[in-house]
Amino acid sequence: MKATTRTVDNVEIISLQGKITIGAGDTQLREVITNAVNSGKTNVLLDLSGVTTIDSSGIGELVGSYTTVTNRGGKLKLLHLPAKLNELLHVTQLITVFEVYENEREAVSSF
Amino acid sequence: MERGDSERIEITISSRFENIELVQVIAEHLCENAGVDEDGSHWIGMAVREAVANAIKHGNKLDVKKKVFATFELAGPELEITISDEGQGFDPEKVSDPLNPQNLMKTSGRGIFYMKTFMDQVHYSFHPGGGTSLVMTKNLSKGSGIASTKA
Repeated sequence: MKATTRTVDNVEIISLQGKITIGAGDTQLREVITNAVNSGKTNVLLDLSGVTTIDSSGIGELVGSYTTVTNRGGKLKLLHLPAKLNELLHVTQLITVFEVYENEREAVSSF
Repeated sequence: MERGDSERIEITISSRFENIELVQVIAEHLCENAGVDEDGSHWIGMAVREAVANAIKHGNKLDVKKKVFATFELAGPELEITISDEGQGFDPEKVSDPLNPQNLMKTSGRGIFYMKTFMDQVHYSFHPGGGTSLVMTKNLSKGSGIASTKA
């Protein structure tokens, strides 16, 4: 998994590309989020448009990322959710946890 | 291949996470060759991925010397997938319900739930001499996509 970051209006936009699966990307996501919050970035927007595969471990890391950021007093939101990831979040009712956006400007403004 | 044909595929892998995709791809190709659409093949492949990941991580404890055995049997529209490990087994009754609000924010525990969501039946058997076998079945003529599965 690759992660690229940029800051827009005090929001750290982290674009993820590739797999977020057990042994491939799951721990990388955790590191990216940990690094962000340790750098004082508490407004985090995960752009998931480049995620090709995600499994239950990847879903778990998304949940863990949300908890990590919110425990620091911040907010983590999702952008450009791929259709299959959207379905995975729905069946586990995790869609009620995350704020999801399809438009970056709208997402950034929501923080 | 058309629905109504029969097929049996067996694969044995060592307990490395990077081998999961090999088994998943077999599942997806078998489904596609049987006429299942992309969505349906994807979710069945996802169930297989979760099963193999559990066998590697929880069953074989990431011991690369231990194997995971996958068998795919397609008879008509019925697909039966067996994933076996060489581990000590577990109590399925003790697996927490990820839909319970108390478990919603847990970072693990959704694999079996996904398997049960994407497949028609999921059964475990535990062998007296060690090893666990998971059998999942899916009627491929029932329709595809997550909407056709039970939660």
